[in-house]
Amino acid sequence: MLEYVLFSLLNSLVLGMLLFMLSSGLTLIFSMMGVLNFAHASFYMLGAYFGYQISTWVGFWPALVIAPLLVGGLGALVERYGLRSLHKYGHVAELLFTVGLFYIIEESVNLIWGRNAVMYPIPKILDFPVFKLLGADVSAYRMFMLLISMGMFVGLYLVLTRTRIGLIIQAALTHPEGVNALGHNVPAVFMLVFGGGSALAGLAGVIGGIFLITEPAMAATLGPIVFVVIVVGGMGSLTGAFVASLLLAAIQTFAVGIEYSLTDLFALFGWRVDATGFFRDIWRIQLSHTGPILPYLFMVLMLMFRPKGLMGKRES
Amino acid sequence: MKHYLKQFGIWFAAVIFCIVLPLIFNSGFSRSMLSQMGIAVIFALSYNMMLGQGGMLSFGHAVYYGLGGFLAMHALNWVGDGWPLPLELVPLMGGLGGVVAGLVFGWLSTDRAGTTFALISLGIGELIAASALMLPSFFGGEEGVSANRMVDTTLTSFRFGQQIEVYYLIVAWMLVCIALMYLQTKTPLGRVANAVRDNPERAAFIGYNARVVRTLQFTLAAFFAGIAGGLFAINYEIINAETVGAIPSGNVLMMTYIGGVGYFFGPILGAVLVTLMQLTLAGITHAWLLYFGLLFVGMILWAPGGLAGLIMMHEPVWKAGLMSRLLRAYAIIAVPALVLFLGLMTLIEINYHLSLSVNPDEPMSLFGISFRAQSIAPWLVSLCLIGIGFFFFRKAQRVVRRSWNEVAQQMKGAAIQ
Repeated sequence: MLEYVLFSLLNSLVLGMLLFMLSSGLTLIFSMMGVLNFAHASFYMLGAYFGYQISTWVGFWPALVIAPLLVGGLGALVERYGLRSLHKYGHVAELLFTVGLFYIIEESVNLIWGRNAVMYPIPKILDFPVFKLLGADVSAYRMFMLLISMGMFVGLYLVLTRTRIGLIIQAALTHPEGVNALGHNVPAVFMLVFGGGSALAGLAGVIGGIFLITEPAMAATLGPIVFVVIVVGGMGSLTGAFVASLLLAAIQTFAVGIEYSLTDLFALFGWRVDATGFFRDIWRIQLSHTGPILPYLFMVLMLMFRPKGLMGKRES
Repeated sequence: MKHYLKQFGIWFAAVIFCIVLPLIFNSGFSRSMLSQMGIAVIFALSYNMMLGQGGMLSFGHAVYYGLGGFLAMHALNWVGDGWPLPLELVPLMGGLGGVVAGLVFGWLSTDRAGTTFALISLGIGELIAASALMLPSFFGGEEGVSANRMVDTTLTSFRFGQQIEVYYLIVAWMLVCIALMYLQTKTPLGRVANAVRDNPERAAFIGYNARVVRTLQFTLAAFFAGIAGGLFAINYEIINAETVGAIPSGNVLMMTYIGGVGYFFGPILGAVLVTLMQLTLAGITHAWLLYFGLLFVGMILWAPGGLAGLIMMHEPVWKAGLMSRLLRAYAIIAVPALVLFLGLMTLIEINYHLSLSVNPDEPMSLFGISFRAQSIAPWLVSLCLIGIGFFFFRKAQRVVRRSWNEVAQQMKGAAIQ
C-alpha cells in the first residue's frame, strides 16, 4: 500500500509538472488575448516531433534547446500573421482559426512523419536507474523531467515577477488597454507571450514525447486535459494552473489503481443493486476505468458551480 | 397567384429538385452520397440554430446527434420485435432522445454563453464520448448497435431495401426539418434568441431570462440533431460510439462555418459542399483532411461570413450592375491563387507519397506526369510555384481591394443621387 501511494505520488508529480508546462502558456495566452488556443497541444506535438528529428541528426541536448525555439518562433508567426488579422472579427473567429490550425498541424505531422508512432528513445546518458524506492527502480529520466519542469517553473516565476517585461505582461493580463495607453507595444507583448507559451509547450513536447509517446494523436489526447487544467485552476492564474496540474495528474494516476465500483460502495451500507435496464453497466464500472472521464466531469462541475476556477479572479 | 409563387416558389423548386436529383445521378455511390448530404443538412442547420441564431459555440453537438441515433437504432430493433411504430417515424425517436439530452445538458450549460459555454460543451462531449465505451449495454461497446431497417410496419409502400427509398425518406424529413427550422427563426423564441445572442443584458432588462431562452433554443437544436441521428441510424443500419465523439462534433462545426452562420441557407451550402468534398476527395488523395483544414482556415481568414456571406456580399453589387468590374479583379487574382494552390498541392502530394505510400521508391504521377519523389526537380518546382504564387497573390489582393473600394464608392454615389 505504501509502495503504491509513493509511486503514484511520484508519477503524478512528473505528469503534473508536464501538464503545467503546457497549461502555464495556455492560461497566460487566454487571459491576455481572450483566445482559447485549441492548437496549444499541437505545439506540444510539434515540439516532440522536432525534438525527435533533431536528436536523430545532432543528438538530444541540442534538440532540447533548438526544438522549443523553433516551436516558439512558429507560434509567434501564427500570432502575427494569423490571429492578429482576425482580431477584428471577434473571439469566435480566433478560436475557430486555432481549431483549423489544430487540424492542419495534425495532418502535416501525418504527412511528414507518417501515421504511426516514431521511436523516440530515452537519451543513453539518462537511461539508468537513479535510486531504488522500496525495491523498485526510479529512472534518471523521470528525475531529469522533474528537474527541467521545476527549473521552468522557477524561471517563469522570476521572469514574470522580477523583470520589466514580466511586469508589463502581468499588467496586460488584466488591463491591456491601460498598458497600451501607457505607451507599451501591446501587440508585440501578445506576440511574445504567444511565442513564449508555444515554446514552453514545445519544451514539454521534447521531454514529454519520450516519456509518453510521440504519435500524431498525442495533441488530441492531451489537448482537452490541458483545457481542464486551466479551467479548474482559474483562467489566467499561474498558481491555479500549477495546483490544478498536480491535482489532475494525481486524480488520474491514483484512480488507475482503485478497483471499486458503485456496487461495492452501496454494499458498504448493506444495499444491494439489481442491475437492469439500459444503463445497468453504471453500477459495475470500476473507479480504475473512469480515468478518462474524471477530468471532464471535474471541469463541467467546476464551470457550473465555480466558473472562476480554484484561484481565478474573474469569469472567462 | 403570383404572390404565392413568389413566396413558395423556392420551396416547390427545392422539392422537385430533390425528387429529380437521384434520377439524374443514379449510381449507387451518388445516391448514398445524396442521402448523407440530406442528413448533414439537417445536422448543420440544427447546429446553426445554436451558433448562428443563439450565439452558442458548441464543441459537443454530436452528443445529441449520436444519442438520438442510438435511441432510434434501439427503437428500430423494437419495431422489428413488433412495436407498432412505422419506420418512417423512427427518426422522431431520435428527436426525442435529442430533446431529453438537450434539455438536461442545455440547462446545465447555458447559464453563460461565450467561452464558458464552449468549454462546457467540450467537456460534456468528451464525457459522453468516453462514457460510451463504458456503457456497452446502451452503446454496444466496440462494435456498436445494429438493426435491420426492412421492417413490416411502414406508412408507405416502400420496403426500404433500396438506397433510393431511404433517400426519399431522408429528403422528406430534410425538407420538413428545413421548413420547421426556417419558421422557427420567425417565431418569438427565434427572435428573442437573436436578442440574447447580441446582448444578453439588454434582453434581461426587458424581462427575458437568457438562460431559459438559450435552453429552449438549445433543446430545439438538439431535437433536430436527434432527427438527423435517427436518419443516420436508418441509413447505415449500424451506429457506434464514434458518432457521439469529437470527430462529428468538429465536422458539423466546420460545415456550418464554411457555409456561413449569418444566413439561414449558409449551413445547407456548407453541408453539401463538405460532404461532397469528404466523399470525393477521400477517393482521390490521402491528404484530403489537410486540404479540408486549409480550406477551413482560408475561409476564416479571408471569408469569415462563409460561402453564404460571400454570395450575399455580391448581391447589392449585382443589383447595381457593377459585377463586371469585380469579375475582372477576381480573374486577376485567380491566376496566382491557382499557381499557389498547385505548388502547395504538389508539395503535399510528394510528401504523402514519401511517408505514407506502400513503396516510396516507385515513381508517382500527378496530372499525368510521372516522376520520382526523391529527385530534386519536383521539390524545386513546387517551392518555386509557391513562392511566385504567394508573391503575386499578395499583389492581386490589392487589386481586388481597390476594385471593391471603387465599386462601393460608385454605389454610394448612386445612392446619394
